[in-house]
Amino acid sequence: MENAEQPLSAQSKRDFLKFILGGSLLAWIASVVYPLVAYLKPPKQAEVEVTSVKVGKLQDIEKDSGQIVKFGSKPVILVRAADGKLAAFGATCTHLDCTVQFRKDLGVIWCACHNGKYDLTGRNIAGPPPRPLDPLRVIVRGEEVFISKLT
Amino acid sequence: MKNKLRGIFHWIDERVNLRDLIEFMGKKYVPIHEHSVWYYFGGVSLFLFIIQVVTGILLLLYYKGSEELAFESINFIMSKVQFGWLIRSIHSWAANLFILAAIIHMFSVYFTRAYRKPREITWLTGMAMLFLGMGFGFSGYLLPWNELAFFATKVGTDIAGVVPLIGKPIMILMRGGDDVTGATLSRMFGFHVAIFPGLFAVFLGVHLLLVQRQGMSEPLGYEDSPETQRTMPFFPNFLLRDLLLWLLVLNVIAVLAVLFPWELGQKADLFAPAPSGIKPEWYFLFMFQSLKYIPAQVLFVDGEVLGILLFGLAGLLWTLVPFWDRKSAAGKKSRWTTYAGLFVVLYIILFTILGWLA
Repeated sequence: MENAEQPLSAQSKRDFLKFILGGSLLAWIASVVYPLVAYLKPPKQAEVEVTSVKVGKLQDIEKDSGQIVKFGSKPVILVRAADGKLAAFGATCTHLDCTVQFRKDLGVIWCACHNGKYDLTGRNIAGPPPRPLDPLRVIVRGEEVFISKLT
Repeated sequence: MKNKLRGIFHWIDERVNLRDLIEFMGKKYVPIHEHSVWYYFGGVSLFLFIIQVVTGILLLLYYKGSEELAFESINFIMSKVQFGWLIRSIHSWAANLFILAAIIHMFSVYFTRAYRKPREITWLTGMAMLFLGMGFGFSGYLLPWNELAFFATKVGTDIAGVVPLIGKPIMILMRGGDDVTGATLSRMFGFHVAIFPGLFAVFLGVHLLLVQRQGMSEPLGYEDSPETQRTMPFFPNFLLRDLLLWLLVLNVIAVLAVLFPWELGQKADLFAPAPSGIKPEWYFLFMFQSLKYIPAQVLFVDGEVLGILLFGLAGLLWTLVPFWDRKSAAGKKSRWTTYAGLFVVLYIILFTILGWLA
């Protein structure tokens, strides 16, 4: 055995070198891989946080109807029931992220992707959605209708 | 002319020794037996992949991968560029036929046990290419930036996000953010035209090298009856048959592309309700349909999570078949492997049809 002939100090020197070289290799791999992984992670972009939007005049919103409203970068659904009551929810289906719509014939909020149904209070009543829609507040100030986040 | 060609051949041969290569090719024989027809599907898959590379590069000359311009640029290709409609339709048709040919190739290899020792690596690289092919399909689907693709991508990436622990980071990696936006389009474009082709080329290289090096797999029991064994030289006999079939495939694609051009649909609108009839591509349909039948909750576990984990596990087991099917490796018949395969084929066909009708 080659190792057996070597004095102890040479052996430990070799171990030390192996340790240093192995460690440097690991550090080198980490210094290559880390920036790559970090690069793939999209940066959080500063968005102007929208807390409320103006929809329009109350008289322009028909009874028994629904519409998608732009709320910052997200779609929001505003529904007006047959009795004139207004309600607004995040329009993103809680099942798999599709955008919901108002179905006049069924009187429900409906998701076309997997036939999920919500009543006009946003409650999931049929199909796969696991949770109610995220509620928002509707404010009527004079003639103007606003949608705002729940605070 | 002939002398000149011979001169060129000699010039190269002197430097890189071509004669060895020709001799090697002359030694490869393709066994002839009742299952020989399946040998052609690997070649057909390869040909369809080559068509994808060529038409893909052509589309790349006009396509613009951004939220504002993607839909318009494909519209431009379809309506203004000469034969643009043809190139795009061929790319779409050949993509689907490629997946089909690769699936047939994979199942024929499974049922003839061609994956058994010593061809495990060929099988693994093949499975890697099949999964990459699905990745090509999924990423390419979004590139026209139309309504159906937009919502299908939302649903598809959201399903990936359901997986515990690793799901969320993977979803964000695929979307380039929390939502499907223009950033997602840029990412899918990058996956589709750079990352996946690069990976695919590596696997394809290894796969083809191994097929040439190891020769064609023979069915179990083929060696037991030497009196009926027949073979055909790979070069040129089998290769010429391959080429003839490729010509037929190209004609079929041309006919499909002309008679059934690919639709472009409506441009994606981030603030429009999802249209009805959102369906993934047909090769994802069986999984998509299965998820619909799993109850929302199964023993405290989300139905969707359970479904995805089960499909993941099944895919892994399938990929590892050369390592658990010990009987085939030992040259024995293994009935249970056949039953498992038949079950999978019937399951996929049944649920694809159900998904189609839904």
